[in-house]
Amino acid sequence: MTRTVWALARRALRNLLRRPQFIAPLVVFPTLMLAVNVGGLSRTTTLPGFTPGVHGFLDFQLAAAITQSLLLGGVSAGIAVALEIEGGFFDRLVAAPIPRLAIVLGRLVATTVIAVAQVAYFLALGLILGAHIRSGVPGALLVAGIGALAGTGFGALGVMIALRARSASTVQGIFPLVFVVLFVSTAFFPRNLLESPAREIARFNPLSYLADGMREPIIHPLQLAAVLDGFAAAAGIAVVAGALSVLALRGRLRDA
Amino acid sequence: MTGAARTVAALARRALNEIFRVPGAAIPGILAPTIFMLGLSSVFGNAVHIPHFGVSDFRTYIVPVGLLQAAGFTGAATGVNLARDIEQGWFDRLLLSPTPRVVLLAGIVSSASLRALLPSSFLLLVATLLGVRFPGFLGIVVAALLVMGLAMAIAFYAVILALRFRTQQAAPLMQMGGFIAVLFTSAYAPRALLTPWLRTVSDLNPVTDVLTGVRQGFIGSVTWADTGPALLALGAMLLVLGALAVRGLRRTGV
Repeated sequence: MTRTVWALARRALRNLLRRPQFIAPLVVFPTLMLAVNVGGLSRTTTLPGFTPGVHGFLDFQLAAAITQSLLLGGVSAGIAVALEIEGGFFDRLVAAPIPRLAIVLGRLVATTVIAVAQVAYFLALGLILGAHIRSGVPGALLVAGIGALAGTGFGALGVMIALRARSASTVQGIFPLVFVVLFVSTAFFPRNLLESPAREIARFNPLSYLADGMREPIIHPLQLAAVLDGFAAAAGIAVVAGALSVLALRGRLRDA
Repeated sequence: MTGAARTVAALARRALNEIFRVPGAAIPGILAPTIFMLGLSSVFGNAVHIPHFGVSDFRTYIVPVGLLQAAGFTGAATGVNLARDIEQGWFDRLLLSPTPRVVLLAGIVSSASLRALLPSSFLLLVATLLGVRFPGFLGIVVAALLVMGLAMAIAFYAVILALRFRTQQAAPLMQMGGFIAVLFTSAYAPRALLTPWLRTVSDLNPVTDVLTGVRQGFIGSVTWADTGPALLALGAMLLVLGALAVRGLRRTGV
């Protein structure tokens, strides 16, 4: 099982690296949004009620860019699985003498590896552009840990949608939803400064806790409460989405 | 109607038919600018309290950005559709027809200017229902003209890429061009409040003038001082990108 999962994960990673058109949107769009948000709204840190002690708006926005990138990573994983279904590779995998769970787990392991790379990219970009990681290396590792868990969860969601929809264009269609769920969270701005009803929805949106959990080690010296909330939100997303993707696999195999 | 005009109309109608006959593919593009407007105003609405912002309602400030995003999405979609037609061989059959290539190009990009009106109208409807200030008849006319023109300009850009790469996999490049053109302006805040690097970029970006032209009716009154530079910037973009697209088309299949 482990060897199969790893082989499928390596294949998924190699495919992604060989087709830069799939990997570019994961970092390019969030990078552009980061640039525009910071360039246009850097003075919002002076607003009354803005999170105290933040070095600059870039530091604050890094977690938003990471969260957005991880969500797009989930869409990308879903598109990859849908293309495998459309192209017939998925059916060949199902017919192969391998544990069927490995088909999903292989994709998710690849998504986890990519998620760590996405977090590393944005932290490095932030440092180059003048951001500070106030919790230092331990803080960066915590951000990577939360990001890896969340990226796995978003990948599982993408796989689940692909297994249900079986069409790459349908999975691509959820792209605007990424922004909807992000806009009603605290990813981009402190909750007390959001307009209603986004402010109320953000309280119940797990992305708020996820983004705040990754933001906390960047903007403040290490405080475990928010980080633990972030880990809990990421783990919750990963467990629920993972279970849903396995159920979707079973449904797909039943229909095959 | 001359033969060329009939061809342009037929190609534009074909593109418009796609919206109604394949709505699943068109709906995300129609909704996206409205989602952005609602999302950005929910998240950054309090930015108007920054000293010297000059506007009391962030939605009023951001609706024109949504209108230009509608032009950007539509222009990019035109290039993606052309790339699909190239991949499937349909465009080769068009090239074999006795129609001049410039006429084919005119048909493709004119469809973009018409299609841009759909997401723009939806956005304006939602914004008006939410209480955003109506820009008046003249403001709407100027905004519609500029949005249609920008959709054509971005369609020219996307067509250049489609002819160069001949694959739908170039779609992110097409979308990114429109995204950068629209947002690297005074989209989120007045020029004086931008960070120095973004202020420089927005000064160099001709879409900044177009945005000012679209925005004028929403935040004040329509004046020639804002309309003139917008039309000039748009004309220059259409001229340069149009010439490059014609050049790309003339080289296709040679």
